[in-house]
Amino acid sequence: MNGFARQRYLLDFTVASLMRRPGRNLSLLLVYTLVVFLLASAMLYSQAIKGKAAALLRDSPEVVVQRMEAGRHALMPVSYLERLGRLRGVAHVEGRLWGYYYDPVVAANYTVMAPDRDGALPGQARIGAGIARVRGLAPGDVLSLRGYDGRPHAFTVAEVLPADSELVSADLLLIAPADFRAFFGLPEDVYTDLALAVTNPAEVRQVARKLAERLPDCRPILREEVLRTYESVFDWREGLLLAVLAGAVCAFLIFAWDKATGLSAEERREIGILRAIGWETGDVLRMKLWEGGLISFTAFCLGYGLAHIHVFHAGAPLFAGVMRGWSVLQPHFALTPQVDALQLTTLFLLSVVPYTVVTLVPVWRAATVDPDSIMR
Amino acid sequence: MIELSAVTKTFNAGRPNEYPALRGVDLTIESGRVTALRGPSGSGKTTLLTLIGCLARPSSGRVRLEGEDISALPERFLAELRLRRFGFVFQRFNLIPGLSALDNILLPAYPLGLPYHDLRARADALMASLEIDHRAATRVDWLSGGEVQRVAIARALVNDPPVIIADEPTAHLDSRLSLEFLGLLGRLKDAGKTIVIASHDPLVFETGLPDRVADLRDGRIVGVAP
Amino acid sequence: MKSSLRKSTLAMLVLAPALAVFFGAMADALSQGEAADEAAMRTEVAAWGLTDLALFTEARYTRHPTQADRHAAFQDHPGALEHFPSGALMPPPPLLREPAGP
Repeated sequence: MNGFARQRYLLDFTVASLMRRPGRNLSLLLVYTLVVFLLASAMLYSQAIKGKAAALLRDSPEVVVQRMEAGRHALMPVSYLERLGRLRGVAHVEGRLWGYYYDPVVAANYTVMAPDRDGALPGQARIGAGIARVRGLAPGDVLSLRGYDGRPHAFTVAEVLPADSELVSADLLLIAPADFRAFFGLPEDVYTDLALAVTNPAEVRQVARKLAERLPDCRPILREEVLRTYESVFDWREGLLLAVLAGAVCAFLIFAWDKATGLSAEERREIGILRAIGWETGDVLRMKLWEGGLISFTAFCLGYGLAHIHVFHAGAPLFAGVMRGWSVLQPHFALTPQVDALQLTTLFLLSVVPYTVVTLVPVWRAATVDPDSIMR
Repeated sequence: MIELSAVTKTFNAGRPNEYPALRGVDLTIESGRVTALRGPSGSGKTTLLTLIGCLARPSSGRVRLEGEDISALPERFLAELRLRRFGFVFQRFNLIPGLSALDNILLPAYPLGLPYHDLRARADALMASLEIDHRAATRVDWLSGGEVQRVAIARALVNDPPVIIADEPTAHLDSRLSLEFLGLLGRLKDAGKTIVIASHDPLVFETGLPDRVADLRDGRIVGVAP
Repeated sequence: MKSSLRKSTLAMLVLAPALAVFFGAMADALSQGEAADEAAMRTEVAAWGLTDLALFTEARYTRHPTQADRHAAFQDHPGALEHFPSGALMPPPPLLREPAGP
């Protein structure tokens, strides 16, 4: 087909003309790739971790009810459990027992929980893989912690929670409810808070409203709010990262702008020659479109691909610090490779299109100059 | 055959630096012959050449190519005409620096989108006949003066146009290269090409290459011989 | 006729690895089902009523960003953009700022 052959010839010319300054164009490609790589890494990481949070917390309690005392979080009397159970639309209520323990030995915080079902036997503990790592514990070892009264409490490690669930369990210390109360000095008739399951998920807001009416000193936290919080946290961190990267992006834009718009007298003369020997304005534009497109598309593909490897297979060493912060008990986890069409399109529009347009504008001006100009 | 009647060309019309380059030119260029435009610099030779070669449109008057009026055609059609009907050899040759000789020669053929194999065969044949085939892959910046002019001629011929337009082709060449160049033009004339050449180099006229000479001065033709 | 590589072919030779990397990433992402570890974690979340990821363990008030508690800096605004709502540059959307309930 004639049209195809023609485009291919234009590409021939574009490449020949790019190869005249290999160092310059190669470094442009590298910097461009780096910028796409950084942007794509930030976007992929935040997208993946948000997706992870949403997937993992899909089964967390639909409503958590907390009691407030003088506007501060307070313990939940067992009697509230009775008062709530009769609320229409509530399928199931459960008191939760959980708290924190700061372990001065390793300067880390543990989350201590005492689930009713599937917990641990008295005197035993199931510990997260993170705790096992920092304390060097294995099943059968004894973990001795100072209780509220200053006396040591010993727990035998019955099980270390699987390492591949660290993202939710790295710092968990699961013990029996009776041990929990003894360890923290909690009376028998209180819980930390209540977890509710509703019969119809669509009515969760109505249930929450009725609940607030019936227990005026309590506050419901809905699962959708939990999910939204994670969305916000990582959006915020991604924004932080992008704000930092904005400097780099601007520097690149200036560089690209300069490269693309600074049409030298030499390039101008070249376009004049092409026009004189019979190229149409359109041919010149298409040729430059190939040039801009080739560089930006290659940079986009490479940058995105490398970002994918960086985030999903190399553990995102560049960004993990910003995106998930720092702590003594850092969970080890892998993000699931994923692709989001909207995100991909955004990145494509942000990286390929502006550069190509910036290349075209000055050429368009030059290409409309009279073809006899080179003879004057 | 190219006919120009009452052609004028004014640059920067209506502005203080208005400049009439051509003030009413009538000229007929016959096919298969060598027509030379002679005159001092500023006489309008090059401007006339741009009108003949469809690089520009006249401010007034008519230009007819094979009987067809082309003086009012839009630029797209002029580009098409330049592509198919004319081969250009510019002053200083205007090759694109940094590209190889072959790439330069192929340039005018790109918009036609011919099969690469055919085009390449044609370019190879041209280069062989001009004895520059061993320099095909060399960047034009590294070619000798003689090689550069041959590449320029090969570029003008690659689309096999009926008309060759040459603007002061010998202005920057020494006598030996000038004679060699004129010899090449002679070969093209023998091959049946129409040649229009603008020059004020006496050597061009001493060789007897031009069949007709039109003398220009101040934008007017002051004499045509024979 | 000396036949050398056409420049457009050369361009494709450069583009091909870039495309390979890109489509490799696509294929890698699209071929993933639910990660094996996710099922296990979801079971734990459901069994123990977990509400948060164990990502921010550095302090008590950061461990459960979604849960207010005695130490929480994060008391009332599940829609805020940061651990400290006042540290955010933008307020949460109006929908979230409506007074809840009667």
